[in-house]
Amino acid sequence: MTTPALALDSLSQSFGGLQVLTDLSLSVPAGRATALIGPNGAGKTTVFNVVSGVYAPTAGRVLLHGRDITAMPSRRRIRHGLARSFQNVRLMDHLSVVENLIVGQHATTRGLSDLLTPFRLWPEHRWRRQAVDALAEVGLSAHADAAVGALPYGIRKRIDLVRATLAGASLLMLDEPAAGLNPTEMNALRDHLALLRRRGVTLLVVEHDMRFVGEVCDWVVALDFGQKITEGPLAEVQRDERVRAAYLGQAA
Amino acid sequence: MSGYQSGLLVILCFNVIAAYAVYLPLAAGQLNLGVAGFMAVGAYGAAILTNEMGWPLVAAVPAGGLAAGLVALVVAVPILRTQGIYLALATFALGQVIAAIFLNLDIVGGAAGYPVAAYAGPGGVYALTGAVVAAVFLLSRTRFALYLTAIKSDPVVTDLMGIDVRGMQVAALTLGAVIAGLGGGLYGHHFSFVEAQHFNVALSIYTVLYVLLGGVQTVWGPLVGAVFFTVLPEVLRVGGGWRYVLFALLIIGFMALRPQGIVTAGSWRRRSPAPARVPASLPEAAE
Repeated sequence: MTTPALALDSLSQSFGGLQVLTDLSLSVPAGRATALIGPNGAGKTTVFNVVSGVYAPTAGRVLLHGRDITAMPSRRRIRHGLARSFQNVRLMDHLSVVENLIVGQHATTRGLSDLLTPFRLWPEHRWRRQAVDALAEVGLSAHADAAVGALPYGIRKRIDLVRATLAGASLLMLDEPAAGLNPTEMNALRDHLALLRRRGVTLLVVEHDMRFVGEVCDWVVALDFGQKITEGPLAEVQRDERVRAAYLGQAA
Repeated sequence: MSGYQSGLLVILCFNVIAAYAVYLPLAAGQLNLGVAGFMAVGAYGAAILTNEMGWPLVAAVPAGGLAAGLVALVVAVPILRTQGIYLALATFALGQVIAAIFLNLDIVGGAAGYPVAAYAGPGGVYALTGAVVAAVFLLSRTRFALYLTAIKSDPVVTDLMGIDVRGMQVAALTLGAVIAGLGGGLYGHHFSFVEAQHFNVALSIYTVLYVLLGGVQTVWGPLVGAVFFTVLPEVLRVGGGWRYVLFALLIIGFMALRPQGIVTAGSWRRRSPAPARVPASLPEAAE
């Protein structure tokens, strides 16, 4: 069996007395798109925060391509191939679109000389060109020099995704990428993710829109109260009694 | 140029240097309210080197800058543990402590002040100011400057992008202190006298005011703010005793009308043919 892109080994996370993840183990196969589903409060975003290093887990291990990264500082993880987008779009409002993307390239730069090159003296510097090309690839180049705050939500969301891809990550974690998008933007997002998959990027997607999950992901892991309740292809997971109970329980 | 004009220009230069010392950490969202302390380190450091050790000016002033940078580097680690208003208070206290140390240091004359033998003319002041502006401008074209703004916007995301947030903040505070130290070192040699009382709270706070008034979104904001702050009180002299009232009202007015500062990133962008806003529903395939 090949090494999974990401493996969680008996992960637990609690905040004070609140147990958010309990003995959670799961693996994300390389080159595939895996969905993480579950009702609100199931611990999906906490999984992302532990894997990206925003929180240190209370117990358990995180393995990225077989390497234990549990104690690795969060900022080093991107150089080992891990990138993520954010549920509530966290672009830097003080920077333009292209500047946000150039910040996103950081993991591909080296040392003090790259840090201190006055590259913005050259209007066509390769870093800028790469950022604009990445936008053009998904049809967003018209927004290159726009102020982030002036853009519609759907565009900002997709720019957040472009930024996450610029470090050349092999594993991309997307937190509700489809939420708040209109149908046109949904199509663009689907094409964008298909492009990333063709490049061999592994996806781990938190999403509530099950139609979108069915179209994009080939494996689904269902969480409830911080524990894995089942996993499998979407149709199978959706038929599962425990999954139904988890969602209905929330509605009740 | 008349003596009055060149005197005003020299003061403007020192204000510009101080403004950039405050600007660098502020670009990363760190408010340094102790810039006068770093200037004092540079002023006394450089003066001791020329007076007591016989160093030439061109070596002593940079050494004063480095000394201020060293102080910043040492205190950066504990100081940057604090955030927001607490960081401002910590730098404020640091500035006070530094000034108090020099005030009580007998080898540099204590409260009586410290005469400086070597003299730096206006030419030297203009040259250093030009060099500082050029250096900060070049720095503003780098990734480093971009990362400082990114840190101000969202330190968590900046960290996840692989950027050493703490390292960048320490570097910004230290570089700012080096600039303050250079300015202080030259200040003592231009006015042939250093006294601890000059490097007081008002100097630190006024400097922060120029920078905020000018705006921190672009590298030109601090320059414009310093010019405004230096020249306006002179222009208002015609108002006699009321000029300080007028000045204060103008500051409040500016802050109310342009909270982002006089120079904003937008005022630059509008000059370039920026793309118009595209409605969300426009098909992306149209490109």
